[in-house]
Amino acid sequence: MLAVVFTGFFLFRIVPGDPVRALTRGRAVDAAQLAALRHQFGIDKPLVSQFADYTSRIVRGDLGTSYQYKTSVSSLIGSHVWNTVYLVGTATVIAAFLGLRIGVRSAWKHGSRADRANTGIALVLWSMPTFWLALILIVVFGVGFGPIPGMFPTGGMSSPNVHGLFPALWDHLRHLVLPCLTLVAVVYAQYLLTMRATLLEEVGADYLTTARAKGLREDDVRRKHAVPNAMLPAVTLVFLNLGTAVSGSILTETIFSWPGLGSLFYEALTVPDQPLLEGLFIFFSAAVIVMNLLAELLYPILDPRVRTS
Amino acid sequence: MIADFGRRRAGMAGLAFLVLTALVALAAPLFISSKDLSAVFAPGTPRQAPSSHFLLGTDAYGRSMVAVTIWGARISLTVGLLATLLAVGIGALVGVTAGHFGRWVDTVLMRVTDWFLVLPVLVLATALASVLTPGVATVVVAIGVTAWPTTARVVRAQTLSVESRPYIERAKALGGGHWHVMRRHILPNVMPLMLAQATLTVSAAILTEATLAFLGLSDPTKVSWGTTLQLARAVGAVSAGDWWILLPPGAAIVAVALAFTLVGRALEQVLNPRLQERA
Amino acid sequence: MTETDHSGAVESEAALTEAVPAEAPPTDVTPAEAAPADARPAEAPPTDVLRLENLHVSYQTAAGPVPAVRGVGLALPAGGRLGLAGESGCGKSTLAAAILRLLPKSARVEGSILLGGEDVQAMSWGRLRAVRWAEASIVFQGAMHSLNPVRRVGDQIAEPILLHDKKVGRAAADRRVATLLDQVGLVAARASAYPHELSGGQRQRVMIAMALACEPRLIVADEPTTALDVMIQAQILRLIGELVAEHGISLLMISHDLAVLAEHCDRLAVMYAGRIVEQGPAGRVFADARHPYGRALADAFPRIGDAASRRGPRGLPGDPPDPARLPQGCTFAPRCPIAADECRTAEPPLVAAGDGRTAACVRMDVLREAS
Repeated sequence: MLAVVFTGFFLFRIVPGDPVRALTRGRAVDAAQLAALRHQFGIDKPLVSQFADYTSRIVRGDLGTSYQYKTSVSSLIGSHVWNTVYLVGTATVIAAFLGLRIGVRSAWKHGSRADRANTGIALVLWSMPTFWLALILIVVFGVGFGPIPGMFPTGGMSSPNVHGLFPALWDHLRHLVLPCLTLVAVVYAQYLLTMRATLLEEVGADYLTTARAKGLREDDVRRKHAVPNAMLPAVTLVFLNLGTAVSGSILTETIFSWPGLGSLFYEALTVPDQPLLEGLFIFFSAAVIVMNLLAELLYPILDPRVRTS
Repeated sequence: MIADFGRRRAGMAGLAFLVLTALVALAAPLFISSKDLSAVFAPGTPRQAPSSHFLLGTDAYGRSMVAVTIWGARISLTVGLLATLLAVGIGALVGVTAGHFGRWVDTVLMRVTDWFLVLPVLVLATALASVLTPGVATVVVAIGVTAWPTTARVVRAQTLSVESRPYIERAKALGGGHWHVMRRHILPNVMPLMLAQATLTVSAAILTEATLAFLGLSDPTKVSWGTTLQLARAVGAVSAGDWWILLPPGAAIVAVALAFTLVGRALEQVLNPRLQERA
Repeated sequence: MTETDHSGAVESEAALTEAVPAEAPPTDVTPAEAAPADARPAEAPPTDVLRLENLHVSYQTAAGPVPAVRGVGLALPAGGRLGLAGESGCGKSTLAAAILRLLPKSARVEGSILLGGEDVQAMSWGRLRAVRWAEASIVFQGAMHSLNPVRRVGDQIAEPILLHDKKVGRAAADRRVATLLDQVGLVAARASAYPHELSGGQRQRVMIAMALACEPRLIVADEPTTALDVMIQAQILRLIGELVAEHGISLLMISHDLAVLAEHCDRLAVMYAGRIVEQGPAGRVFADARHPYGRALADAFPRIGDAASRRGPRGLPGDPPDPARLPQGCTFAPRCPIAADECRTAEPPLVAAGDGRTAACVRMDVLREAS
């Protein structure tokens, strides 16, 4: 974790570009004012002391102040994080549910037409660049393509001038559709392929023959014996993905103008808004670490063989 | 084993497509002149829908989409391959070293690998790419530096399993130095798996290249699939619904990434009988 | 000619419960009475628990059908103990799986398999599921892989109990599990263990307890002691013998160890390349085999206390034939010490070879003289 902080700091300090200049672009400022701003931001001090300042502040939970927004990075992250969680969370739930289920069915009916079709679709989705899918979806469903009218809004989380609970809710949902669909697509493919692969490994197992010999129905053999054994890697994967999903939504959020951490990152990159970038970097890495830890904790619960006696 | 690969239809189809693509990309200069690609002296009017004259329409500058897409293959494929070479190279080096020397070397290297794995790939790549001047080389480095951990892990696991084989002990007992053992015994056994891993990495590299280029971190004057898409968005082709500018580059990315994935999967199945799917 | 139904046809649960007979298996035919072979008619009045007639099983492969079982006939009377001996690859496990229709889709079955008089092949899916485990159960070899690694053994033993009798509640099932574990010599607390927490011998006991769970009429023990230490082997075999006698269950024991089978079974059948090549009372087949292969198998395992048997030449050269490429004539001829030209012309039929014995060898007299 310490290493992450270290990297974060130096990485973004190396990013060229003078934030002060970028911020003051278009406004007439003289050299004295530039110097004053620099002093305010603390970037006129030597790098090493900046780092010392930084670490001491982090320990106290202070991630600094954003150059762009002039508000504390932590509050910025705080205000945007839920939007991201909302989007990514919904997408993960849908993708996991569909992906794991269809992965199981596919593996069980291995070699059938349905299996081949499902695997094929998953492979194609897996090979798709997320941002391209987003663009295509916008063109087809947002703008309208041929006979299909633009059905879903393509920007932001909600439209202005919408009053009343239900219309607002409906509007909200409509805004969710396209970005969510984009995120679901690729992740779904990954879950499907992984679940299918692990279940296929179990398919020929002896204990399944024992289960059948006991008189169980095929569905029960699959549900009660095969799937619990195959679930372990798949579930671990879901958690690991959650960790990276937060940063993986950068492009999608940017393209759909979804006010979350992703688009915040993208904006920060253009300035460059160093404190914000560092703060986000730390946050993203922390998310991954936390999810990794959770996955590691979860494994013994799911697989009794891993538990220490 | 090669015959085994030949029997896998998906892998063979992927391979065939890749060979075809490579040939077209290499031969492109023969039928696409610099005039076709010039932004200033474009042959057609900008953003024209597909017509008999331009089969896939024209892009924001008025260049034929067909030409742009084919030409884009050159950069995208090159970057993908070079980046993979870098990633697999680093990964293999780290993996073999960690697996062979063991103990503290292993621990240190694995800590480093884990650390890299924790850092969100896109964030790191983006940051790196913005640190160095935008350009093709930058993208290659960015991808290479972020993609090696997976390969390192796989290679290390394979190295460990090879190391435990009796003939390694014999080689060492006979006085084989580290370099010798690694070169003559470990490397040949690790290579096949590395190849399968590399193929899959290329697929990911091409996708990452497209993403980085789209974010504006590559060289905009070089035509690649990613830059084409970036350009499209910049000029508002998306909101205008100019699908012919968006579709070909993206479809090309999907096709090539898919082809590499199919080949990679087929290779994995051939090498690891446990993964074999009964036909 | 049917395939294992893996399509999961939906059947009502009622079919499962009504089919399980609750009465004790007929015990009027004791093992001792079943032995006098000459007096026994072809069809014993109390229906045989298991009867195979002209059973053929072949697997469909890319290279064509491969025969695994070629015309096997067996009869196991109620309370009887039949041993099936042979090397790996001779088709014994295929035979065991066929009894409960557990073969993969690629298997083609012909001939009849009668379980308590009922044709297994003709059973409806629901009836089959009811019969499985409740009428006949299997003790599989390799308990480590035959048990579900992520479920407690107690649950796995209780599973068929709960499945076959809807009226039984969880508590009652757990009590039964405790009783079963006790019978196989395990502490009841073991029910909450996972398979990997148990030793090889303990796992095998669990498999036996599981097989007894629904009080079947027949238990098929497929290599129950392979991969176990010699001492544990003896324990397990003794356990099986006791339980089988106690509950009056018929036993079909499959093994490559003829000595073990001879000790624990009344009758022995020797299998080679998918066919029965010798059948008869266990002791006699072991001590004085009429088929050269039976002789070789018997000689392969030295008898404890018999110094001469230890010093004699043992083992059989060569390997069992590839089922996809069986030789012309007697399949054993390539490895047979007394093979002659007449052996390679046609496959010897199973003919009478003494009291209640049959063997498939045309040079039986040569073998008798040699011993």
